Amino acid sequence: MQADGLLRVSREGGATVLAAAGRWDINAATFLDAALRQIHGESGSVVRLDLSKIERLDTTGAWLIFRVRERLRGEGMAVELTGLGPNHQVLFDQVEANHKPVQIEPHKRRGLARIAERAGKNVVYVVRKAGNFVAFLGLITEAMARTAMNPARLRFISTVYHIERVGFSALPIVGLISFLIGVVMAYQGAAQLTQFGAEVFVVNLIAVSVLRELGVLLTAIVVAGRSGSAFTAQIGAMKVNEEVDAMRALGLDPIEVLVLPRTIALMVSLPLLAFFADIMGLLGGGLMAWISLGVSPAQFITRLHEIAGFWTVMTGLIKAPVFALLIALVGCYEGLRVEGSAESVGKLTTRAVVESIFLVIVVDAIFSIFFNLIGI
Amino acid sequence: MNSDSDPIIRISGLRNQFGAQIVHDDLDLEVRRGEVMGIVGGSGTGKSVLLRTIVGLNQPSAGTIEVFGKNLAELPPEERRMQERRWGVLFQSGALFSSLTVAQNVQVPLRESLDLPQRLMDEIAAVKIGMVGLPPEAASKYPSELSGGMKKRAGLARAIALDPELLFLDEPTAGLDPIGAAAFDQLILDLQKALGLTVFMVTHDLDSLHAICDRIAVLAEKKVLCVGDIPFMLSQDQPWIREYFHGPRGRAAGVAGSQPAGA
Repeated sequence: MQADGLLRVSREGGATVLAAAGRWDINAATFLDAALRQIHGESGSVVRLDLSKIERLDTTGAWLIFRVRERLRGEGMAVELTGLGPNHQVLFDQVEANHKPVQIEPHKRRGLARIAERAGKNVVYVVRKAGNFVAFLGLITEAMARTAMNPARLRFISTVYHIERVGFSALPIVGLISFLIGVVMAYQGAAQLTQFGAEVFVVNLIAVSVLRELGVLLTAIVVAGRSGSAFTAQIGAMKVNEEVDAMRALGLDPIEVLVLPRTIALMVSLPLLAFFADIMGLLGGGLMAWISLGVSPAQFITRLHEIAGFWTVMTGLIKAPVFALLIALVGCYEGLRVEGSAESVGKLTTRAVVESIFLVIVVDAIFSIFFNLIGI
Repeated sequence: MNSDSDPIIRISGLRNQFGAQIVHDDLDLEVRRGEVMGIVGGSGTGKSVLLRTIVGLNQPSAGTIEVFGKNLAELPPEERRMQERRWGVLFQSGALFSSLTVAQNVQVPLRESLDLPQRLMDEIAAVKIGMVGLPPEAASKYPSELSGGMKKRAGLARAIALDPELLFLDEPTAGLDPIGAAAFDQLILDLQKALGLTVFMVTHDLDSLHAICDRIAVLAEKKVLCVGDIPFMLSQDQPWIREYFHGPRGRAAGVAGSQPAGA
């Protein structure tokens, strides 16, 4: 930065003269800012700011001149500006009219107060949210009841479309994951069970864990990541775009138009996906048992018949519609909470995924305890 | 160095095409240094596309665009950034960064291209926010807390953060109340006078055209139909131009614009 010549300080009679010259613009601002802060004088003395040699002045330059004038005046000096050209005068007037300092960020508390404030806010938030969830569940139930009484109200095309999106399109990924988990279970199980010569129990291990827990749980987690987030993002984008408000204004119920088709689609798709995951998991496990332990497919199937009954499969599948409801509920709820900006869509999408997976696992645990108690 | 008579923007033979749809074909336009150029045209005639093409957001299918005497497409990235620092763009709905407050939005260009002390940046942001007519309380608000008009003002504050030589405005007064729009016009005039600004403005606001535009370019039939000042436009016989400037709204604005526009 060429600093020389921009500002020259001299004394003329009793007055201090600040001669500005050259380009007083934003490129010189760092230098000028520091240089002008150095200028001090005695109270009651006269300071003359000679601006006649300035070639280019921009808002930043004008601001720096204004600021030094105000500061020196504040320190009790008499400050005169000379040589301000008419074009520069316009700029100076603009700056003078708008010199009020502003707050850059909203006020934030610091330290302990902040921690306490946050903790309190979070508690209130969680309690309120639990209430809102229940209220939202009520809204959906009510809309479902209304639709059940009058099935023509159901957005059939939308529902089918969402079944395709959340169910059919998820087949490859759900299948692959379950297959691989079956492989891994068989492989790890085999390594342990051979130590006791109990290789054949690998079938029990795979059948029980895949059918009762892993098949449906993994499917629910994949679907929460895939479709729960999509629900939030779709509805959220519509909210930002005021489409949801437009629906309300047109007398359409967003719950009926947006939430219900998605919820029903998910409740139909997830049990089917979970069943598919069960099959793929058994397939993967069976294949691995055959390769690494020499349990032939015929042996595998016979053994499977002995240990896995109707309720082994049903304890898994019965959970699927409940998980589906949770995922749809959270996804749509967060989507409808989007406000204002695209940033809010992203934030709530993440939150929807985390919350729905958390809820799925919590409810899965509750189911386990329940099934244990009733003895199936 | 460019002399003052050199055009600041020179477009020749521009062609813009999206799929089978040709928006511009063999379009020529020159914008002189220091003038306020208004771009008018019916919906879908590619006014915004033209603006986006000049600032390099849209790759033209053919033709050259020179800004500040240099063809942007041929510049190395570093030089191109230097060029981009010399202009400011106000997008139609402000296009503020939603994760930053208004003041932080204004500071983005300062932060990116210069190394200024934070205190000075805060002061500059405050001046710019005041200049565009926003109240000081607006500085610490996030874009989602602002009305459409305030977003536009904040967008302008960001566009003029670096005191550019050239300002692109995409429908700056659309969505503002008449008083706000008039103040916006006055602000642009003030800035133009003070900073020697050249303004390239897409607008539908006939009052703005009358009040601040030195010249107007009419986009139609995929090119610039004609360029001239208001009296020139009023004397044109082309049906669309007649309808535009002699229609009921055109006449009303003409009456208002013929009165002195203030200092």
